[in-house]
Amino acid sequence: MNSVPDIFRILPEVILTLTGVAIMLIDASLPAGFPRRSLGWVGAIGTTLALWASLWQLSLPVGTGFYGTVETSPFTVFFHVLICGLVLVTLLLSLDTLPETSHHQGEFYALVVFGAVGMCLLTGAVELLLVFIALEISSIATYVLAGYRKGTARGPEAAIKYFLLGSFATGFLLYGVALIFGATGTTQVYEIARLAPTAENHGLVLAALALMLVGILFKVSAAPFHVWTPDVYEGAPSPVVALMSTAPKAAAFALLLRVVYEMFPTLHSTWSPLLWVVAVLSMTVGNLAALRQQNVKRMLAYSSIAHAGYLLAAFAGLGSSGIAAASFYTAAYAAMNVGIFAVVTLASGYDEQRPLVEDFRGLIYRSPLLGSLLIFFLVSLVGIPFTGGFFGKFYSFSAAVGGGAIWLAVIGLLNSGLAAAYYLRLALAAAQRKAADENDAAIPKPRVGVAVGAALLLAVAATLVLGIVPNDVLRAAEAGAHTLQAPPVQTSASGHAFAQQP
Amino acid sequence: MNEINNSILTLIILVPLAGAVLVALAPDRAKLPNWIALVTALVTFGLTLHLPAHFSLDKNAPLFQFEINLPWIESPAIHYHVGVDGLSLWLVVLAGLLAPIGVVASWNTIKERRKVFYALFLVQQTAMFGVFISLDLMLYYGFWELSLVPMAILIAMYGRKDGPRAALKFFLFTFIPSAPLLVALLWLYAQTGSFDFFTLQTLINHGSFSASALCWVALAFLFAFAVKVPVFPLHGWVADTFSEAPVALAMVVAGKLGLYSMLRFHIGLFPTQARALAPVLIALAVVGILYGACLALVQRDFWRLMAFAALSHLSLITLAIYGLTFTGWEGAVYQILSHGVVDGALFLLLGALYDQYATSQINAYGGLAAKLPRTATLFVIATLAMIGLPMLSGFVGEFIILSSTFTGVSRSWTIAAALGVILGAAYMLWLVQRIFYGPESQLTASHPATDLHIGQLAVLAPLAVLMLVMGLAPSYWLAAIQTGVHPPPLKSTQTLPTNVLLLPSLSIPSQGEGSR
Repeated sequence: MNSVPDIFRILPEVILTLTGVAIMLIDASLPAGFPRRSLGWVGAIGTTLALWASLWQLSLPVGTGFYGTVETSPFTVFFHVLICGLVLVTLLLSLDTLPETSHHQGEFYALVVFGAVGMCLLTGAVELLLVFIALEISSIATYVLAGYRKGTARGPEAAIKYFLLGSFATGFLLYGVALIFGATGTTQVYEIARLAPTAENHGLVLAALALMLVGILFKVSAAPFHVWTPDVYEGAPSPVVALMSTAPKAAAFALLLRVVYEMFPTLHSTWSPLLWVVAVLSMTVGNLAALRQQNVKRMLAYSSIAHAGYLLAAFAGLGSSGIAAASFYTAAYAAMNVGIFAVVTLASGYDEQRPLVEDFRGLIYRSPLLGSLLIFFLVSLVGIPFTGGFFGKFYSFSAAVGGGAIWLAVIGLLNSGLAAAYYLRLALAAAQRKAADENDAAIPKPRVGVAVGAALLLAVAATLVLGIVPNDVLRAAEAGAHTLQAPPVQTSASGHAFAQQP
Repeated sequence: MNEINNSILTLIILVPLAGAVLVALAPDRAKLPNWIALVTALVTFGLTLHLPAHFSLDKNAPLFQFEINLPWIESPAIHYHVGVDGLSLWLVVLAGLLAPIGVVASWNTIKERRKVFYALFLVQQTAMFGVFISLDLMLYYGFWELSLVPMAILIAMYGRKDGPRAALKFFLFTFIPSAPLLVALLWLYAQTGSFDFFTLQTLINHGSFSASALCWVALAFLFAFAVKVPVFPLHGWVADTFSEAPVALAMVVAGKLGLYSMLRFHIGLFPTQARALAPVLIALAVVGILYGACLALVQRDFWRLMAFAALSHLSLITLAIYGLTFTGWEGAVYQILSHGVVDGALFLLLGALYDQYATSQINAYGGLAAKLPRTATLFVIATLAMIGLPMLSGFVGEFIILSSTFTGVSRSWTIAAALGVILGAAYMLWLVQRIFYGPESQLTASHPATDLHIGQLAVLAPLAVLMLVMGLAPSYWLAAIQTGVHPPPLKSTQTLPTNVLLLPSLSIPSQGEGSR
């Protein structure tokens, strides 16, 4: 077996860390008052490099590094590329929308990049302690980012809420890790998968599974662990929400896939009904609550809860079809959601003086580009064919039907019909003429700069590609699914220090 | 020529889409978007005419012609599989014909955001063509859903009073039923591993599916189509949509897509299940005919009157489809064509009236015949075609439908349906009388009147001629339709199991021609 230097296994994370450190150092050495916008470009370049590095990792043999703690496989590469892409779009978006005068711009970009390190590491970790560390890295970065608008009342409120509830959730996860260590004597994922079915204390394993699920489902904001979502999304600045609602969720879904399919495949009959219930709850609660929202960001927050439900429907699928569908949905959801938050950021402005659905009325007349893009992303969220949203739902529900969960598919698709009502309310408001007495001139015209233009272009291109020629992405998702499905015998044989010491 | 035949359907789909992109990119100067849209629509119409010109009526010709079958998505196996047969041939041409008419109807009406309007209008065209020619169920579903979006947005943007409300209603009414449809498609795929129309047709009719499951699947298909037609209790969206939708879209919003889908994908795929449900649908259709006609009689707004008239007429076609006779199906397809042409003309004329007088209240009008002679003449011709005056297009379809129902289904239902046809004459002629004859109303007397402009005439005159030709020489159209409706002997077991039909095929042409 040709050995790969360990450092290559975490090359994207290393690049991102160096980028983050560089941003902080440059920020500290620049004179006060000097514009810090260029730091965003540093972050964007570093993220692009990390993206290429993850793609390059495909040429490495599948395996683990650092004593069996970090894995590189098509599965991790899929999520690495997705997360790096999302971070890149977020950075481009922030470049044009953060006001020049805002404080701590350097820290903002550094935190985004450091958060990305945690998310990337989370998708690659196959050692539960590293999972915990990665989760904390990404979470702490997002806690801080959520409260970035210190001046407002809602900013710190969002940060504190997110922090308190998030810490509890991480606590649950950690408790689960402790229990599984108690049951099997290891925290290495493959070892747990090998030992868990024969563990003496089966109740302990089940308790561990339940606690870990609670922790992860909190992170993906699935019902009934979703209550933090609308408040946090409303309080956090829109570019941060664009990131928060996509990248950490993608990472958490990767973790969920790893936990249920790789760590506890034998407990399928236990977690599958649980996730069925959570999926139905999430989509129904999310959609029903979204129907009544007047604030666009709160509406999209509930919509993201519903989408977590659609995504969880894929977990009813059997084996690799379920994993591939869930991975694909994560990508499709991320592309359209980051896109719509980019549009919302531009349309309602950094200060969000105009956050209501009513305020979007006539957007297409004020700014034809933003109006059309808003409608485009909403159409994708509804799940109309030839957009990413459609194929996401399509694969997710066909995995569910393939796994025999027809009722889940029926409930899910009826839910997506319900969801069309509030998406369309926003889309039609944007398409509607303004009443004559309203003064258009009073509303500042949104400006679309180069960076944010590139961000929008990326999001639109991704949504269209996923909707019209999804073959390549699907193949990547399937390749990832296969590596997750087949327990890698050769890696566990190559020696895990942690696993073999006891 | 072969190369054109091999790519004509792709061209028909892509040309409107290319036109839409061009409209979106071109500057919004004066009437430039209008002209681009018009040229695109005419080119597309020209392309659709290629189909009947090269459609082989030969007995040995393949059932589906101009077929293209390319892999699109590997897993699940979705193919870009398109083709037309006698059933869809003329419907594609009809969709092509209505496109330039729609552009002309919007020429002076749409004054704001022309780019958005025409771009979405052309996307809508693509979606409709796609529905008619798709032979892969997933591709079909894609176009089916796609057709909702431009429609909803345009209704919202250009609605007359409360566009967004009507748009939302329209969208939800048609989008929610497609959820069960998608589940049914996914279930079929999970069972068979194919979305291909022919494969599924063979497997369903010879396969060993559980009967109750197939029953649910067929019901899911039917439900989605019935809302779109609409069939009687599911027509809640029609009136609002018709009174809000821009004329160009109101012409195409109801009918065609749903009726075609019923024939092709409900009866075509699930003949046994369709047979089981046929009595219910026949009853609903007859109720729809009478209910629509009665409501049309009492409407005070001509858009709503047209909406209920459409419900009545489309129910008649539904009756023919679920009569499950070959003749009835021929009549149904013919009546879809005729209805499309006649409705197109009527909507164009009513749209012209609305543009001038800005009201759709019928009692605000009166005595217009003297002031607008051309409008009045053409309106009367279209009305007569609609109510089924012999020698005009509406008569052939109605006659075939009623006679096939009489002989093939049930006499009492036929009598009830014929009553609806009589009521149809009543409300249409009364509409003509109230708008064009009688004393001049305050509104029409005080308004300076301008008759149809040259563009509208250039569209309406051919339509009027077409109504006449379709009434005089139906066999030209029926010849192709028959090839789609009558299964050729070789594939008869595949298309329609023998137990499905009570009647042998009737000799239609003699009946259609003999009626004169």
